[in-house]
Amino acid sequence: MATMVQTERVKVTVKDLKGKVDPDWCPGCGDFGVLAALKQAIVEAGLEPHKVLTISGIGCSSNLPGYLNTYGMHTLHGRALAVATGAQLANHDLKIVVTGGDGDGYGIGGNHFVHAMRRNVDLTYIVMNNQIYGLTTGQLSPTSIKGMNTKSTPFGSVENPINPIPLAIAAGASYVARGFTGQQRQLVELIKGGLQHRGFALIDTFSPCVTYNHDNTHEFFKQRTRKLEEMGHDPTDLHGALEKGWLWGEVIPIGLFWRRQDLPALDQLEPVLGEGGPLAHRPLGVASDIAQALIKELM
Amino acid sequence: MRRVDLTIGIGGAAGQGIATPGDILARIFVRRGLHVNAYNAYQSIIRGGHIFLTLRTSDQPVLSQGDKIDVLVPLNQDTMDRHLRLMRPGSAVLFNSDTIKPGVVADGVQLCPFSVKALAPAIRGDLVQNTIALAAILRMIKVEFKILEEILAIQFRRRGAAAVAENTGVARAGYDCAATHFTEFSFSLPDMGKRLAFFEGNQALAMGGAAAGVRFYCAYPMSPASGVLHWMSRHARQLGIMVRQVEDEIGVINMAIGAAHTGCRAMCATSGGGFALMTEALGAAAMMEIPVVCINVQRAGPATGVPTKTEQGDLWQVLGAGQGDYPRIIVAPTNIVDCFKLVPTLFNLVDKFQCPGIILSDLLLSEGRSSIDPAELDFKVPIDRGDVIGLNGDGPPVNGHFKRYLVTESGISPRALPGTPGFSHVVATDEHDEDGVLISDEFTDPHKRQAIHEKRMRKMDGVLPLLPSPELHGAAGAQVTLLGWGSTEGVIREAIQQLAEANVAANNLQIRWLVPLHAEAILSILSKCRKVIVVENNYSGQFARYLRSETGFAADGHIRKYDGEPFMPHHLVDGVNAILAGSTKLYVPVHEIQV
Ligand SMILES: Cc1ncc(C[n+]2csc(CCOP(=O)(O)OP(=O)(O)O)c2C)c(N)n1
Ligand code: SF4
Ligand SMILES: [Mg+2]
Repeated sequence: MATMVQTERVKVTVKDLKGKVDPDWCPGCGDFGVLAALKQAIVEAGLEPHKVLTISGIGCSSNLPGYLNTYGMHTLHGRALAVATGAQLANHDLKIVVTGGDGDGYGIGGNHFVHAMRRNVDLTYIVMNNQIYGLTTGQLSPTSIKGMNTKSTPFGSVENPINPIPLAIAAGASYVARGFTGQQRQLVELIKGGLQHRGFALIDTFSPCVTYNHDNTHEFFKQRTRKLEEMGHDPTDLHGALEKGWLWGEVIPIGLFWRRQDLPALDQLEPVLGEGGPLAHRPLGVASDIAQALIKELM
Repeated sequence: MRRVDLTIGIGGAAGQGIATPGDILARIFVRRGLHVNAYNAYQSIIRGGHIFLTLRTSDQPVLSQGDKIDVLVPLNQDTMDRHLRLMRPGSAVLFNSDTIKPGVVADGVQLCPFSVKALAPAIRGDLVQNTIALAAILRMIKVEFKILEEILAIQFRRRGAAAVAENTGVARAGYDCAATHFTEFSFSLPDMGKRLAFFEGNQALAMGGAAAGVRFYCAYPMSPASGVLHWMSRHARQLGIMVRQVEDEIGVINMAIGAAHTGCRAMCATSGGGFALMTEALGAAAMMEIPVVCINVQRAGPATGVPTKTEQGDLWQVLGAGQGDYPRIIVAPTNIVDCFKLVPTLFNLVDKFQCPGIILSDLLLSEGRSSIDPAELDFKVPIDRGDVIGLNGDGPPVNGHFKRYLVTESGISPRALPGTPGFSHVVATDEHDEDGVLISDEFTDPHKRQAIHEKRMRKMDGVLPLLPSPELHGAAGAQVTLLGWGSTEGVIREAIQQLAEANVAANNLQIRWLVPLHAEAILSILSKCRKVIVVENNYSGQFARYLRSETGFAADGHIRKYDGEPFMPHHLVDGVNAILAGSTKLYVPVHEIQV
């Protein structure tokens, strides 16, 4: 008699996570570091690749899902978080990872960014923040520093940049971190922490563009970044988190700014998801007694 | 012959409580099996303005709001002034003579003044006049008081026994006043022996979604589409539907796409302005080949336009929504039953062909209310999810070489849901190859691009044979054919009845499926018609232009209206007569009532 044998789950390795093609990023692009750290974090978090759905928008950084052997969606510029919210609610058994750029997330996608955090959607959002529009060949981004010369600001930008860390804390994200591709081990830990966090996790990551941003380079961050854990920061201290989040200058903190674990994620608050498993796999159709009740309302 | 054809008009300012007497009357009618059509003319205002509810009932199906008012209930002076001059012999006007003065009135119009102060001296509040008028109308059409009594008991139950007693007392006074002072109508209301259901198009669309198995519904509020959101929200828990109000319409459609990609049937609704924001993502759904349904309930545009008025002005918007060519299916329901039935049909099609589907409704259809036989609301509909792997958590054999965009003859490639072991892939809004690998940036390959683009577009060839061809309604060989699309079906068919009474033989070709269009079938029908007049609620003749682009057919005449109000039957009759007389090729009626 044939019995179902529970096969031992094969241990996933970084190699298994290699996508169908190799990245076409410029040699030296910070995004390579993010891809490597994400693969490592998925392995260390013990996730099964087919249960991960990686969703991105458009930009150099948003090409990442194509280089990763999970399920992926390469959506429109700025829309990844909206798509991800729908996917997460429709199948909360999936682990949702969202990847993209600073323009994608903080510029064109700014509205979805704020609202996905407010809703505390259960997903891990990695922004490859290179403070420039890479794919469109070097225009100003919402995180470009004041005074920066770019193709669209040849005489220097007069605008103030957005600071995603305090913005995320204020908007209601329950896990707010900043990484740097020059600190791989820490970046892996931050992403893994995000994957294990139940709620909205932002990992804003300095991922320098070697081609179009000559101000905020790998070297620039290497000299200035300091790990929050070395600064004695407590990620449950809201005021400390906001204060450290504001720092920008000779010292730029990286690490986990803020985490709260008492806030339920959106899917946990939805009564419709209470029982019956993921919506996506529930049978369709309206029971006849309910159909009768619906019709009765109209009579 | 109609035994009864009664139209009641209740008008006043927003906040004067017009809806309640309207609802009670409608309920009394449909419980007797009488047909009802209700159209509410209103503005984007919470208090003030002019609201006018037209409630028409008959023992025969009621196809439109009609042309005349038999009973006018002006709740303020403004309504009296606007409508009294249009009242015809045989009609009656019921009003509170404490505050409202009639003007000059045509012979044969019965003025029915009542004094709220005299009839209900102890009771305060603006709504008393509504109850008195309601009771008086019922007396004039010989409905027994106890029927009203029962309804008031239910209506005011929550406010306690005292409120029930008070309102019943007021109603009694109104009823008795009518018995002594007003002349009753000659007909009495028959009981057809079978209750009908009464509801609005938006509810029908939402219920159609429920029947189709929609599990994810999201929206951003926008008139006149919000009714779908409201119904879905109210029934979400009962039906196990996830309902979300999103930050904007761009978020709405993208969220629906995300949900749809995991295997849910996902739907959203908006009006033209919101639809404009969705267009890029509709193309994305087509590019990633994710089935999703979007409803556009048209209102008068452009821009913010006239939020509470109807129009069929978004046809070209939906035809051209988004950059590039992509497969899409577009349908315009022609009546309220259609609103319910087309949703599951469209879901089966978009699941099969893995593309977006658009339902083009309008304010008239979506917010207009009609009675229907409840047997028409069959929730047991066929469900076809198409070629999908990993649905219901099924564990298919691990494949490992899955090509999401496999080039096939039909253009349809098997679709695997995220979470299914062995079928990992990336869907992309960038152009991609069969594997989902991007070909857009560095490695653009014209042959691959052509092959995958043709694969996607080829799917449309499979859709058309599955759609029913439009059929001529009425006798072939008629003097004139009225060609319409979507919501104008009812008024066109009523106009045809009126034309027949004046010995003008007319028939109707009503188009429901817009994309793909049964161009050959339509052309073959129209080429046998003697004179074709296109009827549509817009300025530029959007459908006439579309028809011409798809078939080369140029119509003989056009009747168009774009003042925000729907056609009334006589507008079409006048238009047909003018065009047949050769005095014009384009007839634009003037709406008589200032609403
Ligand atoms: C609606 C829309 N507008 C503009 C673009 C063009 N575009 C593509 S990527 C991009 C900016 C990319 O910047 P960022 O998100 O920071 O990603 P990076 O390339 O720097 O990684 C822009 C403007 C687009 N694809 N879609
Ligand atoms: S342009 Fe900049 S962001 Fe884009 S791949 Fe090259 S280095 Fe990376
Ligand atoms: Mg960037």
